[in-house]
Amino acid sequence: MSGASFHEDDTIAKSYDRQLLVRLLRYLRPYRAAVGVSFLLIVLMAGLDLAGPYLTKVAIDEHIARGDAAGLRRVALLYLLALVGAFAVRFAQVFILQMTGQRIMMDLRREIYSHLQRLHVAHFDRNPVGRLITRVTTDVDAINELFTSGVVTVFGDVFTLIGIMGVMLALDWKLALVTFSVIPLFFLVTNWFRRGSRQSFREVRKWIARINAFLQENLSGMTVVQLFRREERNRAAFAAINREHADANLRSIFYYAVFYPAIDVLAAGAVALILLSGGSAVLRGGLTLGVLVAFIQYSERFWRPISDLSEKFNILQAAMASSERVFTLLDTPVKVAAPAAPRRLAAVRGAVGFEGVWFTYAEGEPDWVLRDISFAVEPGRRVALVGHTGAGKTSIISLLARFYDVQKGRVTLDGVDVRELDPAQLRSSLALVLQDVHLFSGTIESNIRLGSDIPDERVRAAARAVHAHRFIEALPGGYAAEVKERGTSLSVGQKQLLSFARALAHDPRVLILDEATSSVDTETEALIQDALRVLLRGRTAIVIAHRLSTVQDVDEILVLHKGTIRERGTHQALLAQRGLYWRLYQLQYKDQERALGAAPAATA
Amino acid sequence: MTPAGRRGPLPHLRGLLPYLRRHRRSLVRGIAFLLATTALSVLAPWVLRHAIDDLTVQVTRQKLLLYAGVIVGVVLVEGLTRYYMRMVLIGLSREIEYELRNDLFAHLTRLSPRYYQGQRIGDLMSRASNDLSAVRMVLGPGIMYTANTGATFVATIAIMLMISPLLLGLALVPLVFVSVIVRYLGRRIHDRFEAVQEQLSNLTALVQENLSGARVVRAYAQEPHELARFEESNREFLRRNRRLIRMFGTLYPGIQLLMGTGAVMVLWLGGRMVVAGTITLGEFVAFGTYLTMLHWPMIALGWVVNIYERGEASMGRIRQMLDAVPEIRDQEPLPVTELRGEVEFRDLTFAYDGTPVLRDVSLRVPAGQTVAIVGPTGSGKSTLVSLVARLFEAPPGTVLLDGHDVRRLPLAVVRGAIGFVPQESFLFSDTVADNVAFGLPADAPDRPARVQEASKVAQLTGDVAAFPRGFETFVGERGITLSGGQKQRTALARALSTDPRILVLDDALSAVDTYTEEEILRGLRAVMKSRTTFLVSHRVSTVKDADLIVMLREGRVVEQGTHAELLARGGFYADLHRRQLLEEEMERTA
Repeated sequence: MSGASFHEDDTIAKSYDRQLLVRLLRYLRPYRAAVGVSFLLIVLMAGLDLAGPYLTKVAIDEHIARGDAAGLRRVALLYLLALVGAFAVRFAQVFILQMTGQRIMMDLRREIYSHLQRLHVAHFDRNPVGRLITRVTTDVDAINELFTSGVVTVFGDVFTLIGIMGVMLALDWKLALVTFSVIPLFFLVTNWFRRGSRQSFREVRKWIARINAFLQENLSGMTVVQLFRREERNRAAFAAINREHADANLRSIFYYAVFYPAIDVLAAGAVALILLSGGSAVLRGGLTLGVLVAFIQYSERFWRPISDLSEKFNILQAAMASSERVFTLLDTPVKVAAPAAPRRLAAVRGAVGFEGVWFTYAEGEPDWVLRDISFAVEPGRRVALVGHTGAGKTSIISLLARFYDVQKGRVTLDGVDVRELDPAQLRSSLALVLQDVHLFSGTIESNIRLGSDIPDERVRAAARAVHAHRFIEALPGGYAAEVKERGTSLSVGQKQLLSFARALAHDPRVLILDEATSSVDTETEALIQDALRVLLRGRTAIVIAHRLSTVQDVDEILVLHKGTIRERGTHQALLAQRGLYWRLYQLQYKDQERALGAAPAATA
Repeated sequence: MTPAGRRGPLPHLRGLLPYLRRHRRSLVRGIAFLLATTALSVLAPWVLRHAIDDLTVQVTRQKLLLYAGVIVGVVLVEGLTRYYMRMVLIGLSREIEYELRNDLFAHLTRLSPRYYQGQRIGDLMSRASNDLSAVRMVLGPGIMYTANTGATFVATIAIMLMISPLLLGLALVPLVFVSVIVRYLGRRIHDRFEAVQEQLSNLTALVQENLSGARVVRAYAQEPHELARFEESNREFLRRNRRLIRMFGTLYPGIQLLMGTGAVMVLWLGGRMVVAGTITLGEFVAFGTYLTMLHWPMIALGWVVNIYERGEASMGRIRQMLDAVPEIRDQEPLPVTELRGEVEFRDLTFAYDGTPVLRDVSLRVPAGQTVAIVGPTGSGKSTLVSLVARLFEAPPGTVLLDGHDVRRLPLAVVRGAIGFVPQESFLFSDTVADNVAFGLPADAPDRPARVQEASKVAQLTGDVAAFPRGFETFVGERGITLSGGQKQRTALARALSTDPRILVLDDALSAVDTYTEEEILRGLRAVMKSRTTFLVSHRVSTVKDADLIVMLREGRVVEQGTHAELLARGGFYADLHRRQLLEEEMERTA
């Protein structure tokens, strides 16, 4: 977990926004029926919950007072029936409402995720992946709270309260009015508690965040702490934050310690009032004992809906903050968009062209990564890109795969601007093999095939052709072997071969290859070199080359320096020039020549 | 560590006993308030009983007023004791949490880098927060509700027994089931909740995988497939949630049903008893109230058992941390208080989890000399210098400072004598000044002067002048983001400010451009003159002026000598030199 997630709560204070709410409520629309049923059930539930005290009243006045034991059983049975009914209704209500909430979350998550699939890749370089994940998980969860515990249950609380008051008024309006006099006090006490505890809770959260940040930093930098003998002082600093946290908690206990007794006192006050006022009425014969008892029981049920009601505001606020973040993401425009009327090529031949391409990652700033790049690759030909880090090699292959769009000039496939092509056709004509092999969790087979519709034989043939078959067969489960956590169980060389198999199985017209620099043992190196030959055969290839054998084999080498093509030609011709390429060669490839010279048997 | 052997119930939670013992006065006070609260809480219904009984016959208004007054009075006093009960008992749990967290952190500061390499920071964090809070639940609500449940049981049951043992026996049956289902469903809900959480982390992993592999996904046009995968995972999440909701949706309504059944029993059987004259109407109403008073303790009983269960598991994980023995600590150190700075490695062979990193390294560095260590990645350069600061434990007698085995010297003296600039310049989210003065005593009178001086040598002063609040600018999340080079120079200044006898620069200028490096080295030269310096670097330009250059390969010293000597030798170092000249030449090509 990153340190950032500990600080994100600060933004909850964002104010309530009507537009957001309207947009949120739109997600309820497909589930109108379920929400409607849920409402009805809530009303029913509130009604059934009122039965108990009323039936007690009936029992006392009509049966106990008259010595009618048989009638008592009927009342008890009715009570039991009401209870079972309330159980069923309550269960159904919780189930329907919660499931609706879950479905809405699913919809929202799907929407966010598919939007993420269309955003261009630079978005993920700029935004920490962790934060984007939070949008799909935590934020969606907060919005769910709004639907399941917020909007709908508010009505439940209101109905319960109104129901209780209604029954009391019907039983004896004068006594009811006397009893109602405590309701404002309930509200006052509850509000005092909510405000106080929310404030102190926020304080507690603040200190928890500080504790976490401090811990995160000190645990990560413990070596520095120890090197500079700061243990003692940092312990003291930690104790100070820890003390603040404990004190904030002690302050928040105060609110709870006052609140519960205060509610008890109010409830007792209501009983005392009923006893006084109702008792006198009983004495005068204006009220039955049953009604008195029922009143006492009803008055005990006041505070739950009242305290619940004031809680809802918090949920609303949290949901608003979350939905704002989610909608901001959903509203992020898709930069690399599919053309309105995409062109489809009848058959892709694999001619690649760059025509006067200028490109920068930071739009609006003339900080060009590529300046006026032009080159053409005939179908089946190979081009190698060489140059220092930051020379623009990666940008060129990214543009060809249309991860980004150029600012000036154009990138073409078979003479057609890639921006006019159907993206699906463009990408199915290309295969990209990157240095850092990305494996998905799944099986070996599914990592070669990915989601495409490639028959088993072709998967195996591809693996065999790039020498991956042997190690795959040796894995427990073979092609069905599980790939865990980005393929940690596979060696670097094996991952390379696997990515070659993946590319070969997809049989692209154009292969884009970023050769790995990581060193592997000589035997694997020989396998990789041979596999590369197979992979490149008969395809147009653009290679960021790190291997001597690769640069020797290609038709043309483009030497990039600070975003421009400085030299171009074959290996031999460029060496003869004794320019930039020659120096690069001394640095990057000379050793390989030496190694090859020392162990010629390895390549055989 | 506790001696192995007798393991009673909750063996881990017993580790809290010393803490509780320290707070035993509060504990006793809190329990006393709790008992008083319980005793008072059973009084009010009893008063109500008499009031109702009186109402069935005849009563004066004065007497009614008295009853009402007594009820309010009793509840007021009860409120007071309840207030103190909560303040004392829950407060106690917060105090112990405070102490436990301090102890935990203090222990963590004593554990060596090797311990941290075997741990994920996230795990340690989760123990210090989630597990600690689960243990706190035992100390607070756990203890409070255990005592409360016990006391309420005894008090209410005693009174209900007085009213009617038969009625009590029957009405209690459904309530016992409340405890049972809270316990039973509580556990299953917990399991299903875990299953939901597990799927949530699967879903998270899937999103993470997709986003970090965005290029592959795009390049192979895998978006539809990825959406399908997500949909499947999303549906599984819904499925697991449905299972949870089904269980969870039963719990609360179930409790309501069972409690209601108890009330029905009282209504029916109790009502018959009133008709039969066995009990009075007042007793009938009071009985119902007492039964209601048992509701919460019944729920709490099942809940509290879960609290103890989770607390026990959490305490186990915390104890695991507390029981880790610090690998590097003072053990009868020699009475040395100051070091001159002579460093010697004597036949040093050092293995790391079985893999040898350094082999037969012997090297003597007289105080005040500058030694450069060069070699390819993984050749053991960093390990060698970190052994000087005793970040790892070398075999006895292999690393010596001023002729003493580093293991016999007081740790504080060793580290106080060393100014270390690590490879990764870790800074704290504090002001620039605080970061530079990190190793200075808090009350050092010459602190500002030293910060200035060190920053000047590290070529940091110019950068700092451009910061919004100069040296008082915050670094990191709460302030400005420093560049890699700025970070390294701050870390360098931090090491210099302590005026160390031994200076270690572990590839500490890699992110600094060549020109600035040149400037820094010029400034450092004066500083290095009077101290022993270790320079670990890839760059020839950094090391060429050292008194001695040591070339490491696969943990062995393969070449050593001055720059001129090594060039003349034409070995690895000379090769490195040639390549770097070429590279610089390329850099200059525009």
